[in-house]
Parts: sequence; C-alpha cells; structure tokens
Amino acid sequence: MPAESSPEPSLTPADVKKVALLGRLALSGAELKNLTAELSQIVGFVSQLAAVDTDAVEPLAHPLDAQNVFREDEPAASLPTSEALRSAPRQDGECFLVPAVLGDSGSA
Amino acid sequence: MTAASPPFTTVIGLEVHVQLQTKTKLFCGCVTTFGSPPNTQVCPTCLGLPGSLPVMNRCAFELALRAALALNCKIAAFTKWDRKNYFYPDLPKGYQISQFDLPFSYDGHLEVSDPKGAFEPRRVGIIRVHLEEDAGKSMHDEAAGTADSRIDLNRTGTPLCEIVTQPDIRSPQEARAWLNELKLLLVYLGVSDCNMQEGSLRVDANVNLHIPQDDGRIAKTPIVEIKNMNSFRSVERALAYEAERQWGEWQATAAELGSMPKQTRGWDDAAGITRGQRHKEESSDYRYFPEPDLVPVTVTDDQVAAIRASMGEPPAVLRQTLESRWEISAYDADVLVNQGKELVGYFEELATLVGEGKAASNWMQQDVLRCLNERGGAIADFPVRPTAVADIIGRIKQGDFDTSRGREIFAEVLETGKPVADVVAGMGIAAVDDSELKALCAELISANPKIVADVQGGKEQAAGGLIGQAKKKNPNVNPGKVRAMVLELIRSMS
Repeated sequence: MPAESSPEPSLTPADVKKVALLGRLALSGAELKNLTAELSQIVGFVSQLAAVDTDAVEPLAHPLDAQNVFREDEPAASLPTSEALRSAPRQDGECFLVPAVLGDSGSA
Repeated sequence: MTAASPPFTTVIGLEVHVQLQTKTKLFCGCVTTFGSPPNTQVCPTCLGLPGSLPVMNRCAFELALRAALALNCKIAAFTKWDRKNYFYPDLPKGYQISQFDLPFSYDGHLEVSDPKGAFEPRRVGIIRVHLEEDAGKSMHDEAAGTADSRIDLNRTGTPLCEIVTQPDIRSPQEARAWLNELKLLLVYLGVSDCNMQEGSLRVDANVNLHIPQDDGRIAKTPIVEIKNMNSFRSVERALAYEAERQWGEWQATAAELGSMPKQTRGWDDAAGITRGQRHKEESSDYRYFPEPDLVPVTVTDDQVAAIRASMGEPPAVLRQTLESRWEISAYDADVLVNQGKELVGYFEELATLVGEGKAASNWMQQDVLRCLNERGGAIADFPVRPTAVADIIGRIKQGDFDTSRGREIFAEVLETGKPVADVVAGMGIAAVDDSELKALCAELISANPKIVADVQGGKEQAAGGLIGQAKKKNPNVNPGKVRAMVLELIRSMS
C-alpha cells in the first residue's frame, strides 16, 4: 500500500502517449486507457520510496561494489559476416536491410 | 569596432567528436580499422546481442584522460556511464553508452591565437569531455530508388571523445582556427588521427546572434545547431552563412531565443547554404539512466600525474620552446609547429647541426617545406635528411658558394639522392680563390667603363651589373665577394 505521506501519482493518457512514441509503440485507444491505469499503479507502488529520508544517503551509481574493470586494447576475433547477419529479418549478405532511412542520423 | 562591423555579435559553441586511436572498440575486441568490408568487424557485444556484456578498453580511457588533461580539464575522481535511449537502425542496442551527469572531465579551456593577428587571442572554455561509443553507418542509395537502407555496424562501439565548448567563439574564422588548434593538439598527443574524411573528427556548431538594442538590452536570436560539415573550411563557411541568415530572419521576424524549439540545420556544401532539419528532442527524451553493465571508474591523483608526465609538450608550449631555444620569430615557430611533431623533430635536428635556428628555419620554410608539399608524403620519407641540408648551409657559411647556388645543390640532392659532396663536385662547384676572383673582376672593370664611372659618381648599386656578368663567366663565384672586390678595385683606381 502506498504510504499515506506520498500523494497518489497519476499519469495522464498524454504522458503514456509520449512514452509510447519514444518506445516506438503504436497503441490503440483501449490499450492507451488500460496502460494509463496500469502504469499509474506501478508508478504509485514505486513512489512509496519517496517516503524514505535519503538526505544522508549517497546516490548509488551501481549495485555492485566493484570499480575499475578494464580490458586491455587487444584484438579478438570478430564474427564471420554470415554469422553476424544470420538472425537479421532481412539482409543482403553484406549488410542488414531496414526500411529506408532518410535524413540525418540521430546518433552520437 | 570598425564601421564595417556587423551590428551584432556572433556567438558560437562547438561540439566535437574525435575517434580515439585504439586498436579495438570501446567495449569489445573488434578492431576499428577504417574501410573494411561491411559487417566484418562485429561481435555479439557491439551487435547488442542478448547476453553479451561490455568491458571498458583501458587504452581508450587513458587516451580520453590525456585529451582532457591537454584541454586543461578537471578530472573527476569518480565517473560512471549512462544509457542514452533512442531508436535508430545504426544503433543495434537501442541505446548508446555515454556519460550524462558524471562525465570523467569538465571545466577546461584551449586558447587559440593568430600569429598574424587576424583576431585577438581567444580562450575557449570547455564545458566537458566525455567518453562514449559510436554508432554504425546507414547507407541509402536514393538514386536507385530502392526502399531499403543498408546498415554496416563496423563502426558501432568505436571509442569517441565528445568535447563540448562554452559559447565563447566570436567569429567563423575563430571557429576554424580553434578547430585547427584542437586537431593539432590531439594529433601531437597521439589521442586521435583527427582524419575528417574517415570520420575520426566530426563537428557540430551551435550559433546565434547577440544584437544590442536601443534601450541597452541585448536581443538573442534562437540557437541553431549546424550539422553535416565535412571540413574546417565548411565549418567556417556554414557559420558565416548562418550568421547572415539569422540576421535576415531577425530583421524579418524579430524572433528571439525561447520563442521556438532549438532548430537543427544541415550544411549543404555544394549549395553553400544550411537547410532546416528536425526539431531537436528535449534531452529528457533520451531517458538517460545509469548503465548497469559497466561499473564506475575511479581516478587517483597519481594516475593523473603519470598520464600528465607521459604527454609531452603540447603545441602551444612547443611554439614558445622553439622561439626561445632557437631564437626564431613567433610566426616561424607557428609555421613549424603547425606542420606536426615529425617536422619539428627534423627542424631541431637541422638547427642543432647548423648551430643556430634562423638559417635552419629559413631553409625549412623556403626549401624543405616547399619541396615536401610539391612531392607530397611524410617528412620521415623526405629524401634530403637534416645532415645534408646542414652540410649545404655550412658550405654557404664558409663562402664556398652563395644561397642560390645552395638551392640548386639542394634540388639536385633531392633529385638524384647523391651525397652533397658528390653533387658539389659533379656540378663543378669549387671555391673560387681570391687571385682568380681578382683577375675576373679586373677584367670586367676594364670592359665596363660606364659602370665604373657610375660607381665613382656615387652610384654604388651600379656594381650590380658586374655581378651578373661575373656569374656568367664563372657560376661558382660568390656574388657578395664579387661586389666587395669590384668596389675595392674601383676605389683603388681613383
């Protein structure tokens, strides 16, 4: 049960629509309605954590208590191209094929 | 400000990605060789296959540290990586491993100045330098009109340093000069080859105008990010175009910063214009969160000191060193340093052999560099080595022949690959002894009474006419000596 001190967060259908767009998910009207309710419940459940006083707690960057894991800059074998492409839905023996990508990459 | 200055200040910040000079990718052992056939340098990790895990390349991290130190950045004692989520076919994991709130370095600067004083020296602040992975490459043949794009993931996971400057740059020319300085620095330190053709260095620029208003307020135009610039010259041209475009738009609409989302425009080099692209997503749309597959990295002061000690002199320091060590001008030092570390090595070897910097610097710029540029190739492969150039300079200094004859010898050594002594002998160059010189001058004087009369009348420069004649009779004579001898003989006649 949510702690009484934290107000019930509620997501709007617009919030869910935006998240769906970012996740490239097409939702029907019914799905949007159901997901808005379900995601609101999940967020509400997690927001119980807001009741805990964390002022004196360091932010956790990683759950493992390990640091400085490196590998040396030494080449290892790559996959044969045929293997690399094997699980692609479509490929031409050299490259992965995807629906036309025009314009600027969103990369880096 | 001169009358011709535009009624606004151009405000520019740069975002530079450089590929680090490692053998392998950031998180796996695939090699990073440029130009290999598509999808031959990929493995489960860089393909983002389920169950694969990234492990940080130590060399990449150290090269990134080196870059940050050279840019006078503070190094974070604790750093971590984050996932930047977006969908694009060249990003197989659906996220890029990058750094968000705790980059490994921040708050640095790099100065740039122009030895000819084209602009005031400028210290450009560095907001942050962080380490991230590159995406792959998508290819689309629009001419063929096919419906598919082809994806090559060889580049996926290649280590990149992202360098973000403060908006401290004030003209397109300054931006270009600063990028040249950055590139020189990173190449000197062995951080990156900064080859733009191969994508090892990529630049995006943010630009807007600050326009003083009559009421004293500064109006700011909306910031535009320019992409697709393939050379530093393109950066300069794109920024100049964009400043003019924004000025025109300001006069038409008076739209200010904040009135619209940040715009991205692509540079079309052939057309010489920028074109509008998609509106920039808000950074929160990338839904950054800490990368669970990589543990944080800590850096000690000792590590920083060790890397600093191994770095060598950056170009800015090296210019000053050459200036004071060899007593050459700031301009000469700049020309030499800007040609790269290997050329500076050649120069210092030559200057040491000659015993002074000025003659060595002149020969570097007038002969070695000119011929090197004509031939192409690296200074390491240049056939005339410093010992040979020093030999020629030494013979000029002891009066065996003059500089123009020395140049001919240099050209011959370059052409034939023979030792200097052989070339000198083969060209019949032998020092003309004093009695021989005196006889030649006396002969010329008696044959040219008009010149003698002119010199006696006070026009010493008339003696120049005899130098040309002397060289025709004996190409080995030293013009300075001919001149001195001629004047001495004419004086003794009166």
